[in-house]
Amino acid sequence: MASYERRSFDVLVIGAGGAGLRACIEAAAAGVTVGLITKTLLGKAHTVMAEGGIAAALANVDERDSWKVHFADTMRGGQYLNNWRMAELHAQQSPDRVRELEAWGALMDRTDRGKILQRNFGGHAYPRLAHVGDRTGLELIRTLQDHGVHQGIEVFNEYTVTRLLKDGGRVSGCFAYDRNKGSFIVFEAKALILATGGVGRAYRITSNSWECTGDGHSLAYEAGADLIDMEFIQFHPTGMVWPPSAEGILVTEGVRGEGGVLRNSEGRRFMFDDIPPLYRDQTADTEEEGWRYVIGDRDARRPPELLTRDHVARCILREVREGRGSPHGGAFLDISWIREKIPSSEEHIRRKLPSMYHQFMQLANVDITKEPMEVGPTTHYVMGGVRVDADTQMSTVEGLFAAGEVAAGLHGANRLGGNSLSDLLVFGKLAGEHAADFAKRRGTVSLDEGEIDLAAREALAPLDRRGEGVGGEGPYQVQFALQDLLQEKVGIVRDAERVTAALHEIQGLKARASGVAVNGSREYNPGWHTALDLKHMLVIGEAAARAALTRTESRGAHTRDDHPGKDPEWGKKNVVVRRSSTGEMEVDTIPCPVIPEHLQQIIREQG
Amino acid sequence: MDKATFKIWRGHAGDGAFETFETDVWHGMVVLDAVRAIQAEQAPDLGVRWNCKAGKCGSCSAEVNGMPRLMCMTRVREMGMDKPITIEPLHTFPHVRDLVTDVSWNFDVKKRIKPFTPAPRDADGSWTMAQSDVVRPQEFRKCIECFLCQDVCHVLRDHRRYDDFVGPRYLVHLAQLEMHPLDTGDRLDELRTEHGVGYCNITKCCTKVCPEGITITDNAIIPLKERVVDRAYDPLRKLVQIVTKKPARS
Ligand SMILES: Cc1cc2nc3c(=O)[nH]c(=O)nc-3n(C[C@H](O)[C@H](O)[C@H](O)COP(=O)(O)OP(=O)(O)OC[C@H]3O[C@@H](n4cnc5c(N)ncnc54)[C@H](O)[C@@H]3O)c2cc1C
Ligand code: SF4
Ligand code: SF4
Ligand code: FES
Repeated sequence: MASYERRSFDVLVIGAGGAGLRACIEAAAAGVTVGLITKTLLGKAHTVMAEGGIAAALANVDERDSWKVHFADTMRGGQYLNNWRMAELHAQQSPDRVRELEAWGALMDRTDRGKILQRNFGGHAYPRLAHVGDRTGLELIRTLQDHGVHQGIEVFNEYTVTRLLKDGGRVSGCFAYDRNKGSFIVFEAKALILATGGVGRAYRITSNSWECTGDGHSLAYEAGADLIDMEFIQFHPTGMVWPPSAEGILVTEGVRGEGGVLRNSEGRRFMFDDIPPLYRDQTADTEEEGWRYVIGDRDARRPPELLTRDHVARCILREVREGRGSPHGGAFLDISWIREKIPSSEEHIRRKLPSMYHQFMQLANVDITKEPMEVGPTTHYVMGGVRVDADTQMSTVEGLFAAGEVAAGLHGANRLGGNSLSDLLVFGKLAGEHAADFAKRRGTVSLDEGEIDLAAREALAPLDRRGEGVGGEGPYQVQFALQDLLQEKVGIVRDAERVTAALHEIQGLKARASGVAVNGSREYNPGWHTALDLKHMLVIGEAAARAALTRTESRGAHTRDDHPGKDPEWGKKNVVVRRSSTGEMEVDTIPCPVIPEHLQQIIREQG
Repeated sequence: MDKATFKIWRGHAGDGAFETFETDVWHGMVVLDAVRAIQAEQAPDLGVRWNCKAGKCGSCSAEVNGMPRLMCMTRVREMGMDKPITIEPLHTFPHVRDLVTDVSWNFDVKKRIKPFTPAPRDADGSWTMAQSDVVRPQEFRKCIECFLCQDVCHVLRDHRRYDDFVGPRYLVHLAQLEMHPLDTGDRLDELRTEHGVGYCNITKCCTKVCPEGITITDNAIIPLKERVVDRAYDPLRKLVQIVTKKPARS
């Protein structure tokens, strides 16, 4: 049997993005022992990339804002498939979570009165996003990291978890490997929090980091937890499309919040051409009104560029398909035009959007203060994930908690920009609190040696196969094939035929994945790591495809060419994916939690 | 399609040699793309650390043609394709494998620095700070912890003063804390002693390599040095500072 080190904690957190760090801080404050595992280095998790801001109804810029408006905006954005209780907690608690960041040293941009400044973002009725230029994620992660390292948390940098371990029905720990040494380690934990982030790397074109391979989704699935809403994958409308090397890299919605407009090759602001009924009353009629909104006229309504992401992405796709796209298959996003409106526009743009300026200069030789950018949809965020209890964040498996992007419920069919960073803080905290509580209340766990042995053999398999001459295919080829497949067949626009074909091809890829062989030693071997990622990415692909096939309607981020309209029946159900007793993926539906009357009232009032 | 030749350092724990690879160069290609293409087609076990591929996480630091750079933000063409492009791991930290080094010393250093300690809140539970007062520390908070400045600083790279000097990255961090409008901590004594600000002789190499364009020497280190000197030569001011806990702004 393979040798391994063994460690034990009350609460073990997998993932050091915003959700994981916030959970650790809370659990440590409750007086339990806390371990933190991350497959990248501390402070480098995907959260660091977040740009635009953190949504919280602080009402510093527009005093009409309140948690009620934020709640209603979140529900509308999610097309009412959200878990109302999560949306309520999120809207109520995010202001405190943001202020708390200041107590830990964050320095957000200020209003004239010296309070936290807030900016406009798609789907939010008022300027709501606390931010630091366009590097808000860096501010958030560094603040939590610098505070967190003094809270007695033990951090395991560059350790990758490959399997969860169970003691009967309850989670008891996990199996991981140390990338630097290539050695194994077994963690025992009374409670375990998944904070592993998203799945974007399962697609070819994505804004996501290397680490976003859906590990937590797949680990939870394998351990028997329910996943919900896996058909809802957000394609952000504005990723870079040129040059090829920069394809997919995000262009923050902040560009549009600051007045950036979308045009087609004919120079037309095509977003005015199709405004969904749900948003008609809140959207500007003219370009002039849209600009007034940008500069803070409280009577003006939002420009259509700030409609929800699913809609903007589809409009861009429509322009491209109908032959009015930009030279490299996107649309034009122009912020430089504001020179007609403000005198020192170039400096203004560089100050408000410094990293966008830098990104386009460095990667595309485009000066965004002078010329338009070319943008198109990029795989950005997964609304679906581990089904959790709204108040405690515990999954359907005892002792297994989830928070952040890996958890589902808050965002429903479509997430509003800015609502993820606040999600991380609010539910990271709740998960930390309740996992600590669970660990205190419940006795110790025992580990199953058989399971550990199985995990070790599974992890070593790709290395063991290198001598056999069987399969022999490299891991990257299978990874690329899967990324292409999901991009083409389970992408922005789906239909039964393509999704069914995708499911068929995924079976073939599974077979290829199980034959992958890697060479080299165990220390810091990316080929080996990629081989182990394949299992997770295949689960993501299959779950997304099965859920997409099941939901025979178009809603939010899920668009079916063969079922173009919304179906009221589907508006009451979430799709569940779980592992059956025979190990197959089974699909089920559950009714959405019924929104209580007082919250329905709020939704009606907010129109 | 154009091709470029790369000489990539390969090996374990310090032992190793350059290995030569040739790969296609596409439009806008960055050095990290080339490394990944080589990984996918020729050397699947080629060790490299990266995450965001957008210049935001500071993982992919390496020495490209001898210059400390982020591989994901360095265009291949910019490096000149007539000669082989060399890629080596950072020299200042222990080697792990191929392009990967052990940067854990940096995380240990940060833990030794006295944490942020805020002043009391306003009555409404929040704080008031003017934008003009946060601009300078915000510059320092742009740091992505790529450790390129640590790599290039001769005090660490050549003189190996790991025990006596925190390096430019952490002088930036200390400057951020010292100039933070809410912070009440006092780190001037440690700056002079264990953090070793005196070892810096203002060569400005760190500022030159910072991918975030932080003016490390002029804006962070020199003001810190001044504060330390003021403290040492002005006993009355020192007394005032002990009483008020915060150095008077110079
Ligand atoms: C470019 C970009 C800009 C964005 N801008 C915004 C914005 O302005 N506002 C907003 O609200 N949202 C934004 N988002 C979304 C938001 O950043 C993410 O949804 C959020 O950061 C996810 O955080 P997380 O804590 O859930 O996970 P992550 O930050 O993704 O962290 C996951 C952690 O889990 C670890 N991990 C994963 N798998 C394993 C494993 N098997 N073993 C060990 N560790 C593992 C990783 O190493 C990492 O530490 C943006 C996203 C992108 C891509
Ligand atoms: S200026 Fe100081 S800190 Fe920067 S590289 Fe030179 S000696 Fe090092
Ligand atoms: S100061 Fe600049 S060079 Fe140094 S670690 Fe930070 S970002 Fe990198
Ligand atoms: S990979 Fe993140 S900075 Fe290069």
